Amino acid sequence: MVYLTRKAEFSASHYYHNPDFTPEENRCIFGKCNNPHGHGHNYTLEVTVKGEVDPRSGFVVDLKQLKEVMHHEVLDAMDHRFLNKEVPEFFTRIPTTENLAIAVWQRLETKLQKARLHRVRVYETPDLFVDFYGEP
Amino acid sequence: MKAHLTRRYRFSASHRLHSAEMSAEENRATYGKCNNPHGHGHNYALEVTVSGPVDQSTGMVCNLVELDTFVEKEVLSRYHLENLNTLQEFAQLVPTTENLSVEIFEILQRGFRPAHLERVRLEETMMNSFEYAGAAEPRK
Repeated sequence: MVYLTRKAEFSASHYYHNPDFTPEENRCIFGKCNNPHGHGHNYTLEVTVKGEVDPRSGFVVDLKQLKEVMHHEVLDAMDHRFLNKEVPEFFTRIPTTENLAIAVWQRLETKLQKARLHRVRVYETPDLFVDFYGEP
Repeated sequence: MKAHLTRRYRFSASHRLHSAEMSAEENRATYGKCNNPHGHGHNYALEVTVSGPVDQSTGMVCNLVELDTFVEKEVLSRYHLENLNTLQEFAQLVPTTENLSVEIFEILQRGFRPAHLERVRLEETMMNSFEYAGAAEPRK
């Protein structure tokens, strides 16, 4: 089994707010991230796929296809967007780094042809990242 | 759904690698420059990985403030700008980054409750790093 990782960057804004909480609870739990005008990050995305090396091509996956799927499914939808208002997953889910990693996995999972998704890693900053392995 | 969250911290400390069980010559041969009796220092980078189900109401594995507060109080304030050899845990134990990784893992495992501790990863310099996940293999 060989693992292959492709990296991408996107920038987006978000804020954390749960309508079931009172304004005070929201401020207390989410702190500055609760500012309704949002704030932004430069996100780095790492997508790792796994598979056996195809003896004819020498590839685990066609990197061009992986790159195109990542662009189409993730970057086109999220780069330079306000996640809460423009990305449907986050109309109902809070756009934390955890939920972002899950959303990226769900967007990619059905679109990849030969490769099996192993891990989605999303860096919110160089000092904070989340890994999602598709576990329930 | 289960996710893994990793947070990166930094601290600086000095140490000397020297084993009381070895002769002076053996210490020099084993530890080289690191055996300098006056010690030397590093800028360490620490990564702490915790895991758990993503709470639907917060979207989080655990509140980052709780993790930061714990690590600041129990790890960073203990090691930052200290000489590791002077600390109680390294009275009998050589303060290699292997041993420091295990110590930090155990501090977290003993006291941090909001999420499951997966692993610690410690960079001694940009060229070498160490991972410890207790009884488990660190996940890739």
